Amino acid sequence: MTKMSGAQALLESLERQKVDTIFGILGGAILPVYDALCGNKKIRHILARHEQCAAHEAEGYAKASGRTGVCMATSGPGATNLVTGIANAYMDSSPIVALTGQVPSSGVNTSYMIGKDAFQEADIIGIVTAITKYSYQPRSVEEIPIMVNNAFYLAASGRPGPVLIDLPKNVQAGTADVEITDKIDLKGYKIITQPSRGRISKAAELLIKAERPIILAGGGAITSGSSDEIVAMSDLLMAPVATTFMGKGAFPETHPLSLGSIGMHGNPAANKLLSEADLMLAIGTRFSDRATANLDSFAPNAKKIQIEIDNAEINKNVEVDLPIVADAKITMKMLLSAISEKIKKGNATAWTKRVKEAKEQLSPLIKDLPHDLVPKALLGELRKLLPESSIVTTEVGQNQMWSALYFKALKPRTFISSGGLGTMGFGFPAAIGAKVACPDRAVVDIAGDGSFIMSEQELACSINENIPVIVIVLNNSVLGMVAQWQRMLYNRRYMAVNLGKSPDFVKLAEAYGAQGTRVTSIEEFHKAVKTALNSKVTTVIDVPIGSETDVVPFVPPGCGLPQQRGDY
Amino acid sequence: METGKTKVISVLVENKPGVLHIIANLFRRRNFNIESITVGPTQNKEIARMTITVNEDERTLDQVIKQVEKQIDVLKIDELSQGNFVMRELSLIKVNVPTSKERSDIINCVEVFRGRIIDVSTDSLTVEITGTPDKIDAFLNLMITYGVIELARTGITALARGAKSIKIDE
Repeated sequence: MTKMSGAQALLESLERQKVDTIFGILGGAILPVYDALCGNKKIRHILARHEQCAAHEAEGYAKASGRTGVCMATSGPGATNLVTGIANAYMDSSPIVALTGQVPSSGVNTSYMIGKDAFQEADIIGIVTAITKYSYQPRSVEEIPIMVNNAFYLAASGRPGPVLIDLPKNVQAGTADVEITDKIDLKGYKIITQPSRGRISKAAELLIKAERPIILAGGGAITSGSSDEIVAMSDLLMAPVATTFMGKGAFPETHPLSLGSIGMHGNPAANKLLSEADLMLAIGTRFSDRATANLDSFAPNAKKIQIEIDNAEINKNVEVDLPIVADAKITMKMLLSAISEKIKKGNATAWTKRVKEAKEQLSPLIKDLPHDLVPKALLGELRKLLPESSIVTTEVGQNQMWSALYFKALKPRTFISSGGLGTMGFGFPAAIGAKVACPDRAVVDIAGDGSFIMSEQELACSINENIPVIVIVLNNSVLGMVAQWQRMLYNRRYMAVNLGKSPDFVKLAEAYGAQGTRVTSIEEFHKAVKTALNSKVTTVIDVPIGSETDVVPFVPPGCGLPQQRGDY
Repeated sequence: METGKTKVISVLVENKPGVLHIIANLFRRRNFNIESITVGPTQNKEIARMTITVNEDERTLDQVIKQVEKQIDVLKIDELSQGNFVMRELSLIKVNVPTSKERSDIINCVEVFRGRIIDVSTDSLTVEITGTPDKIDAFLNLMITYGVIELARTGITALARGAKSIKIDE
């Protein structure tokens, strides 16, 4: 037991959780924690310029590294500004811990207190209940260490997600004899990691018997670190691998059996072959509507095996034949050993021939890149320019779907995007967070002009904190994805989508002290990316593109995956 | 309850502030229909029991159970309506009594339904009645003819029959 303040107990507990970075913005109700942070050598504080971005930065950090990201804000507006970032982390199952200041729970000034509508008071726990895995509000200093341990354990274990700790100011400032400990106290929290033997042998039997097996890897495949096992399984069964959008990177997209991602803007070969498969092995996916499209034609001929850590995802959207509630990596290892007793080496079959043919026909390799500045060419070129280990984030909208279609992810945790919530403005702060987690790797945000201006102020953060990233703005001067929907589904009645020519992204970058450059040809793009990769400061590359360029292929709303329109 | 699609779920939760909010919020957010919810402490003061009745089909009920079970504060959950169980609801009904003829009619009804009269005034009676919701509905239907001034129903509380129990290993 040591006498210390709540703020000190918090920081010592964070250090014990190996927290090395906090992304945050301070304010009145969190000042005791910032005071305790002053002079702290173990935790780096990165001053974001908007709390929403602090949360996205924490998520980018988490997605790139697999470690829990931490963000912090003051009470009231600071806390409510975190909300979109927390919701984003919830939808994409990202481990983040959000710390918020709160007005005092007791004190001498009885009108400056929880429940009295005090200055900068917001019921943040009430607000985030539906978008956090759990939330805490310590009422005494002594409670802090175990709450922090619980929060980090909850955030990272099982199906990860955001956890919030709301810290009343008097608890931060108060002192008590505190024991910093490793203890956790979670009586009702159960995670099943081990699959049942019976399910494994049944699944192995189905996989061996299948003539047209397909593997569908979701975000959970990345979270669980199952990529090696998926590659081994694919090789053993000669099964093609499709991913969901969140699963992008779980399987190298240059592998001959890779189909790319499925979905509304999925790779045509993936969407088509899914409907032909007789067995689907789904790993860590919640079958989101954007991935499955109309459920009636979602893998209609396939028996479905679903490996999933979250029991509540079984039969939520898609009814499956064989659910396995367990950790994906452990399950895949057991499945591999069960199958390799029967099959030693995968051989080409009629199905693998069909896979090759479908890929060539529906999703042809980009051989001769078009010379024009079109997204397909740009993203193909970008892949060649970036080292394999580079991390790419995207914004939301056309830039994101072009990236899904044309930028080949090679490794897990190298493609980071807002899949579930679809948060414009996510990519740039996520890139900053990823760069903090992985300072030796190149980090590129593939942006659109509409999204980038939603978090453009973080340029100040990247410059002042010396976090160099590259932003490629696919600048079509419109809110492109909604414009595309208005074009395709609303008879070209454009409403509120025109962004005009403002701002000038080169000048904007320069105003913040970043490098800005505009490119008008593939050669210039090539040169600009090379220069940016060697730059010590953040670079914004403005790439003007046509404002009526569609993202195709496209599965219209209400249709099934096979009813995809447009050529790859 | 045997009627309709109503299912009864018993949930043991940590007895601390905020848990009811989490569960009620979950039902709203997942678009589940909640008919009634009752909460109270158990023999272990750190554990509370929630009895929830929902009106959902089998597939949605499966989701309800899984989503509730997933909550960090939920220790155990069981669908009582799958097996044998007993359930009761308590109701207080204030009935209008214009004449003494009606007063004796109401008192007769209360006896038949094994209720109790817990308050009397010159022109009203307050009846306490306990039973299954069906029984309370039947009694209420009779009282409506006299005029119900006020009604308070607690919602269902329930336990599995016999030695079967949902409890926490300590």
